[in-house]
Amino acid sequence: MPPHDPTKPGDWKDLPKDQVARFDAALAPFLQRYPPDRKEAAMLPALRIGQEIFGCAGTAVQQLCADRLGTSPARAEEVATFYVMFHTQPTGEHILEVCTNVSCCLAGADRMFEQLKRRLGVENGGTTKDGRITLREVECLGSCGTAPAVLVDEEVMEERVSPQKLETILGGLR
Amino acid sequence: MSDVKILTARWGKKDSHTLASYQADGGYQALQKALSMPQAGIVEEVKVSNLRGRGGAGFATGLKWTFLPKDVRPRYLCVNADESEPGTFKDRYIIENDPHMLLEGIAITCYALDIHLAYVYIRGEFPKQAAALEQAIAEALQAGIFGKKLLQKVDFDLAIHVHRGAGAYICGEESALMESLEGKKGYPRLKPPFPAVVGLWGKPTIINNVETLANVPWIVQHGGAAFAALGTGKSGGTRLFGVSGNVKRPGIYEKPVHYNLKKLILEDCGGTASGRPVKAVIPGGSSSPVIRGDEIDVSLEFDAIKAAGTMSGSGGVIVMDDSVCMVRVLSRITKFYAEESCGQCTPCREGTPWMESLCEKIEHGHGIPGDADKLLDMANHIGGFTICALGDAASMPVQSFVKKFKDDFERHIAEHRCPFGEAAWGTSQDSRDAVIGGMRA
Repeated sequence: MPPHDPTKPGDWKDLPKDQVARFDAALAPFLQRYPPDRKEAAMLPALRIGQEIFGCAGTAVQQLCADRLGTSPARAEEVATFYVMFHTQPTGEHILEVCTNVSCCLAGADRMFEQLKRRLGVENGGTTKDGRITLREVECLGSCGTAPAVLVDEEVMEERVSPQKLETILGGLR
Repeated sequence: MSDVKILTARWGKKDSHTLASYQADGGYQALQKALSMPQAGIVEEVKVSNLRGRGGAGFATGLKWTFLPKDVRPRYLCVNADESEPGTFKDRYIIENDPHMLLEGIAITCYALDIHLAYVYIRGEFPKQAAALEQAIAEALQAGIFGKKLLQKVDFDLAIHVHRGAGAYICGEESALMESLEGKKGYPRLKPPFPAVVGLWGKPTIINNVETLANVPWIVQHGGAAFAALGTGKSGGTRLFGVSGNVKRPGIYEKPVHYNLKKLILEDCGGTASGRPVKAVIPGGSSSPVIRGDEIDVSLEFDAIKAAGTMSGSGGVIVMDDSVCMVRVLSRITKFYAEESCGQCTPCREGTPWMESLCEKIEHGHGIPGDADKLLDMANHIGGFTICALGDAASMPVQSFVKKFKDDFERHIAEHRCPFGEAAWGTSQDSRDAVIGGMRA
């Protein structure tokens, strides 16, 4: 079966069954966190889980979330498009996010970001030709005292990123 | 000045984040003591302590707690760990180094206010901290510290959950935070009604910052008067000041709430890393009005610093030496607010990108005479005309940068270029000598 294309509009019922089962299993504990009549509160965790399992939070994933939380697909879409950590389109295999807010720029982040753009051959928000890395400029990551900061794959915060450290980070994104 | 450490006392200790370590240092004894006190007595101690909100607004915590209507249940507690104001980086270290101190503060607060469900709203970009908190909650539940009973003896059902955000500065605004918790986009709500009356799911809700609640165990243990005595006037206790930018030793410093800004920068942080004079300081996160290097001899106390025309906000101090271009910095700040405006109110949605583009235009030497005043005019038509404080937050930097550093703006316009050229961000250096609450980072 060809891999599902998450960007194509379509019913969530077209999503691979095994992945939907994984989604449901991962969502279940989060549903326990909110009052039983407030299931739609789990929209952020649901979209995050959907994004992890299906690759991005495209239309079908939004529909799946809406279905499970008993709300409208429009609600899911407005949430998926409001928050910067939800991706309605597929990203590269890795996401490299560079804070360029004031404290980081006072520690050299602007130069680092320019170098990265040249080095990877992409503009802000672009993905390298081989689909490996998406580069994004982001707002303050809360690492001002240990600037400059880079967030890798929305998981690992790299702080005090020197040119050498940046090389190590890039080397790890194979 | 007192050297009492409340929040950072255990940072840097081996396994300080674990329950065992916290209990070995007397952790959860304040909860024990609270359970023997009348609930109203706990609220009274917090009122006496002069604890004021550490998220930025500096509102009296005990007073906020009394706004809950007497007979409406359920009530909820939301803990604001959204920490997204540029220059602010303190709450994450509380969660990383001493999560149980926060949990104890939450448990005492919930007990005092008859709240049985609490959410910690933590920004999406803090996965490590969210995991640390989840782990601490699991540990405390396992040990019977809360759950069906408190400390396994007092019948009081309490659940504490982590709710992760997904990248939106606006969700640090209390009503947007509740919207986000309800599974919606973060559109702030019109106030009044205030959250204490109509909050999460329409029920009375108290929203406090992480650092605010982390002080509660100490207040219960040592008494509100002792906490008040650490501060001055109507502000009690110590605060975490986060210093970043052009200083020798950036980082987190726990100091009395009325500590002197100049002393913090020149003594504690060792002055500028370059040895050049301090040109500008943003004293309380990017939205607080900037002050000049010759104006920093002020107390950081919430009310005292107002006299200097600024605010200590979230305690995030950003220092710039005289090699930094103020138009460049303001350009970046306006870009931030344009990026983060939620789009609900027209003055903010439309005005913040206007300010950004005019600022960029001036920075790149394309400004014309009168542009600085035009920038002020834009700012004056945003602040105060929006549902939430983001409009004011976006306006205050513009108003203060133009007022305090008009020369920088005029020179850009007169010379048709940035006088600082390629080096507009100045003599930058990384933060290799950072000090986080007494530890070398």
